[in-house]
Amino acid sequence: MNIGTRLFTYAAPARFYSLSGALVPWLWVLAVGLALSGLYIGFFLAPVDAVQGNSYRIIFIHVPAAWISMVLYLAMAFWAAIGWAFNARMASMLARAIAPTGALFTVLALWSGALWGKPTWGTWWVWDARLTSYLILLFLYLGYIALVEAIDDTKRADQAGALLAVVGSVNVPIIYYSVRWWNTLHQGATISASGGVKMADTMLMAMLLMTLACWVYAFAVVFMRARAIVVEREQHTAWVSALVQPARGA
Amino acid sequence: MGGQWASAADFFFMGGYGLYVWGTYGVSLLLMAAEPLLTRRRARQALRDAAQAEVWKDSAL
Repeated sequence: MNIGTRLFTYAAPARFYSLSGALVPWLWVLAVGLALSGLYIGFFLAPVDAVQGNSYRIIFIHVPAAWISMVLYLAMAFWAAIGWAFNARMASMLARAIAPTGALFTVLALWSGALWGKPTWGTWWVWDARLTSYLILLFLYLGYIALVEAIDDTKRADQAGALLAVVGSVNVPIIYYSVRWWNTLHQGATISASGGVKMADTMLMAMLLMTLACWVYAFAVVFMRARAIVVEREQHTAWVSALVQPARGA
Repeated sequence: MGGQWASAADFFFMGGYGLYVWGTYGVSLLLMAAEPLLTRRRARQALRDAAQAEVWKDSAL
């Protein structure tokens, strides 16, 4: 059995369904634990910021949400492309399951950014490079969802969605480098490979814990949605029949 | 309240940024609680639909 066959056997919807079902409760426990410890450190141990006062504590939501929304977009485009190229059903279902969660984190990053911008810059919103390219990320998510929901033929919907997702992924590096390429109001990176870390240890610890919490949350909720999509799409198969009527056998 | 906060009021005041900080965390909590609940509802509905399809298949036989 070559690795490709093994990969796609493993990715089969029935296998995914049972494996993810066992994982989801543990992911929720982990997500809540990480969030509580991150919030405790962020609000009780991390000191007040010398420049921004306590408003900086918005960072513990803002930065994780922004990071994860961009990573989720790339993951969505990746699975959509795999589903399209190899006709792998589970990959296309995963792409669809990721989209709403990615859109949610984009909304949270925009919302927290507006509430941080008002006291810090004196404005909720400004049409600069970082904010505008990031708003386009939200439109890409919403466009993907609207497109795949509008096409009745599942396979064609997945293909059209994959095209949009892949083309739109150009926007992700533009968002990331926008603070360097253009003069923007948005502050530069707090953490970068070249510049190291420019924040107190407790602040950094809180931000990393909150990032992990959001990450695990994203896995948990995407798995839940993917399981729902699997059952919706595989209703006609023997394994779903067996699943909903276990006493009778398949 | 312990730590760097003199009292609960001091904590909620957040150095004058309470509206912005709690506005962020409140909406985040709301959305991140709503999403899994709605998703769970969708998953249960999918299982009910599948079970209903089984009943129809049986009655057609």
